[in-house]
Amino acid sequence: MKWGVVTFPGSLDDRDVVWALADVMGQNVVSLWHKDERLHGAECVILPGGFSYGDYLRCGALARFSPIMNSVARLAEDGGIVVGICNGFQVLCEARLLPGALTRNRSLSFICDQVTLRVENPSTRFTCLMNRGDLLRLPIKHGEGLYVAPEDELPQLEERGQVLLRYVSSAGEATEEANPNGSLNAIAAVANETFNVFGLMPHPEHAVEAGLGGTDGLRLFNSLLRGV
Amino acid sequence: MAERALRLAGEPEVTPALAQEHGLTVDEYAMIEHWLGRAPTFTELGVFSVMWSEHCSYKSSRRYLKLLPSRGAGVATASGENAGAVAIGDGYLAVFKIESHNHPSYVEPYQGAATGVGGIIRDVLAMGARPVASLNSLRFGTLDYPRMTYLVHGVVGGIGGYGNCVGVPTVGGEVGFHPAYNKNILVNAFCLGLAREGELASAAAWVVGAPVIYVGSATGRDGIHGASLLASAEFDAGSESKRPTVQVGDPFAEKLLIEASLEALKTGAVAALQDMGAAGLTSSSSEMAGRSGLGVELDLDRVPLREPGLSPYEILLSESQERMLFVAYPGRENELLTVFEKWDVNACIVGRITNEARWRARWAGKLVADIPIRALTIDAPSYDRPAKSPVPKCAAEGQWCEGGAARARSANDERQSSARSEAPPLAAEPCDCAPSLGQEARLTGAPSQRRPSPAEALRALLDSPNVGSKRWVYRQYDHLVQSNTVMGPGGDAAVLRIKGLKRGLALTVDSNPLACAADPYIGAVSTVCEAARNIACVGARPLGISDCLNYGNPERPEIMWQFVCGVEGIRDAALALGIPVVSGNVSFYNETEGQAIAPTPTIAIVGLLDDVSKRISSFFKFADDVIALVKCGTLSLAASEYELLFGREQIAGGCDKLAPIELGLQKALLEAMAQAAERGLLNSAHDVSSGGLAVALAEACFGGETLMGAEVTIRRLDGLDLERSLFAEGTSLVVLSFPSSHRIDVEGIFARRGLPFEVVGRVSAAPRLKIGTMIDEDCRALLAVYERALPGRLGENG
Repeated sequence: MKWGVVTFPGSLDDRDVVWALADVMGQNVVSLWHKDERLHGAECVILPGGFSYGDYLRCGALARFSPIMNSVARLAEDGGIVVGICNGFQVLCEARLLPGALTRNRSLSFICDQVTLRVENPSTRFTCLMNRGDLLRLPIKHGEGLYVAPEDELPQLEERGQVLLRYVSSAGEATEEANPNGSLNAIAAVANETFNVFGLMPHPEHAVEAGLGGTDGLRLFNSLLRGV
Repeated sequence: MAERALRLAGEPEVTPALAQEHGLTVDEYAMIEHWLGRAPTFTELGVFSVMWSEHCSYKSSRRYLKLLPSRGAGVATASGENAGAVAIGDGYLAVFKIESHNHPSYVEPYQGAATGVGGIIRDVLAMGARPVASLNSLRFGTLDYPRMTYLVHGVVGGIGGYGNCVGVPTVGGEVGFHPAYNKNILVNAFCLGLAREGELASAAAWVVGAPVIYVGSATGRDGIHGASLLASAEFDAGSESKRPTVQVGDPFAEKLLIEASLEALKTGAVAALQDMGAAGLTSSSSEMAGRSGLGVELDLDRVPLREPGLSPYEILLSESQERMLFVAYPGRENELLTVFEKWDVNACIVGRITNEARWRARWAGKLVADIPIRALTIDAPSYDRPAKSPVPKCAAEGQWCEGGAARARSANDERQSSARSEAPPLAAEPCDCAPSLGQEARLTGAPSQRRPSPAEALRALLDSPNVGSKRWVYRQYDHLVQSNTVMGPGGDAAVLRIKGLKRGLALTVDSNPLACAADPYIGAVSTVCEAARNIACVGARPLGISDCLNYGNPERPEIMWQFVCGVEGIRDAALALGIPVVSGNVSFYNETEGQAIAPTPTIAIVGLLDDVSKRISSFFKFADDVIALVKCGTLSLAASEYELLFGREQIAGGCDKLAPIELGLQKALLEAMAQAAERGLLNSAHDVSSGGLAVALAEACFGGETLMGAEVTIRRLDGLDLERSLFAEGTSLVVLSFPSSHRIDVEGIFARRGLPFEVVGRVSAAPRLKIGTMIDEDCRALLAVYERALPGRLGENG
């Protein structure tokens, strides 16, 4: 599978995603430039973390108007895979390719920390190498990761299995203290209704090597490989 | 007839009084008239005032900074560059520098700290290096002092707000609290970059006719006189009104500037570049041309402006952020302009390098400044300010202290000092004339009613903001971006891997105000030693020092004396340990209404691990590992956290003076630690610092993912009673853990070098800290106290 990683002005983890996929996993990766509509044959496009356009308006609000996003939306429509990590998740919500929105953390401060996540739906292309209830250790680093969705949509998201990962305690319990940013239902990752567009606040690209934050991020990337 | 610089309509007339308002003395104004052969124009006056400010000219410190050993194996830069560079092998250079942003951060904490981070990143970028990590050293007043929690939130928020958005991880630092900083906080920002050997960028523009290209954000009215007036004078009641002189940061613009600049450098069309930092366009252009003995002519009409109507004075003095000045090889400017266009970064040609050694600026067709470039750079004023210790050794005899004053004298004689620098000192003796701050300002705590039990003392120390966990702070910093952080904040030093190499880099920053206040010379020596030990404790060998020298008003002889003692302490320690001082910065006038901060030389050290997989963490890892102490100095309660917390009377035997530091033993420790690490013998190493041995043992128990315990028996150390031995400090101890099978090898490495080594106990799986019969505490409870120290006082952040 050919992967594409988008660089918006202000993307920060784009090089880290390329490192994880190309250097650590040995994948075929192409860097995509925001001003360019071409996907260069990428079948799975990743929108990385960062502060696209400085995030001065709303996180991701400007990036969604980049030329590259036209092609990303078409890819999603055609059933290709699109993954947004952190700021990329925010961009996908702004582009209405994913439900809900991300707002300021409950504490109003930026949080960089390791969190524990529970797999809620293992039957998607992003989670298929895992079992329901498996726990992952991944880092988060964001100021606006509090996931919200309209009250009437939230139960449907849950029902349809669009909630993929939830913040939990190290024992796997969804407690108040284990929810780092105050997300509704402790939601950390969601999919669209057709399960080919995924968004998550944790950073799997920062958990692909044993000496640097563990290897749980590989389980997510490898799921995408197997699911294809 | 030669063209003359003109006074513009509407500009004030330049008089000596106006010059004084610009911070220039009567003598300095006379020197300006002498250089020009006429009165300066208003624009020229502004230019002189910033270039001759303490902040830009180093006029009080220059003669002393020459004393620092700046050369050494692998050093790839001369002093005067934007940052220092040291070879690390495999064709790479570590490029680094620390810089102060104290005054702006006190006036406007968020933007002050943010732009401090941005400025130091651009200094490293200007060397042609990719910025890979940041550190910072923060010194605040006590948290109950008015406005202090606001300052803490603002500074931490600013560092995070900028650093997190710019894609450079903040991997470590230090935070301390003391009343000496109630009215002058310190924000020292450090950045490390990585460059390829042979690809360092130059800050000197050697090519006559080369175009000067302005790159980055447009110029606005922010930051005018930020450096010259704000950071070059004491604070007073009117300081609040200086808030508009603080610059406003835009990390998004900086991120684009980083990527665009690195891409521009790859074209090979860049002849020179420099950050537009303090004194903006003026200092960057004059320094680039001045370094090569050439001149420059600027066309101010071409400078991109945020709003119309800026005068030439404002354009030249603006300290608007996120701007760089490039010099292109003639004819290749379009290669650079194309790159900047790709990144949507402003770029335009604003001048040329000339072969006349003059600094000229034109505006609206008129010459508005025409100054011999030497007058702005190498021939800026330099002063030999009087330095005198504040306390006579023996008042009756009118005899002044021989320590600092004698050192100050010898430092004034540069020949003598450089001769001295050939032979590294063996030991650093304390000064006879402490206290340096005067009796009323002694850095000691309130007397307590009774002597606390060891367990009470340990809990109180863990709960103190100085000792307690700094997680509240570093949790707000992205320390992961760029995927190199193998050891992040919270340990003795941070460790980065270098992608594609086996090697790794260690980095740390330290200051020790308590020791420096007690003795500015020994304090400086001990700060260097502590930073070097932190590097050694992760298994690395120190490569180079960057120092940030924070002091009060240098026009006061006792402050100058503190400064001279500090420089000499750094010099002596650096020589003895064999670590070159490759970059640095001086911050004077950290003083409000005559009350100066404690002398605070901040020391950042970068170290090298030949094999990053051999790094050592600060916390215990395996039950039944042996715990041992290595001693490399004399323990003392003088200037300790214990003394600060419980007052001096709790300390038997009077310890006004700091213990001497045996630099030979410190050097031996660095070598022994590196060898033990390279042979893979150690599972943990932790330097004993604030709070002493008991705190170090506690931290080693709860630093890892799994809480551990320890059972330790200690003997009396250095004539202190058992209880005091637990809390004494003094650049003297390292706690090690290793498998019992390594005991003979480990002991051999340290004993061979004359370092006292003693096995004192074992690591336990049960999370309990037992020290003799004095302490028997649940580590979970201790950890809870340690973790609450800051959020308990500052509020939660997550």
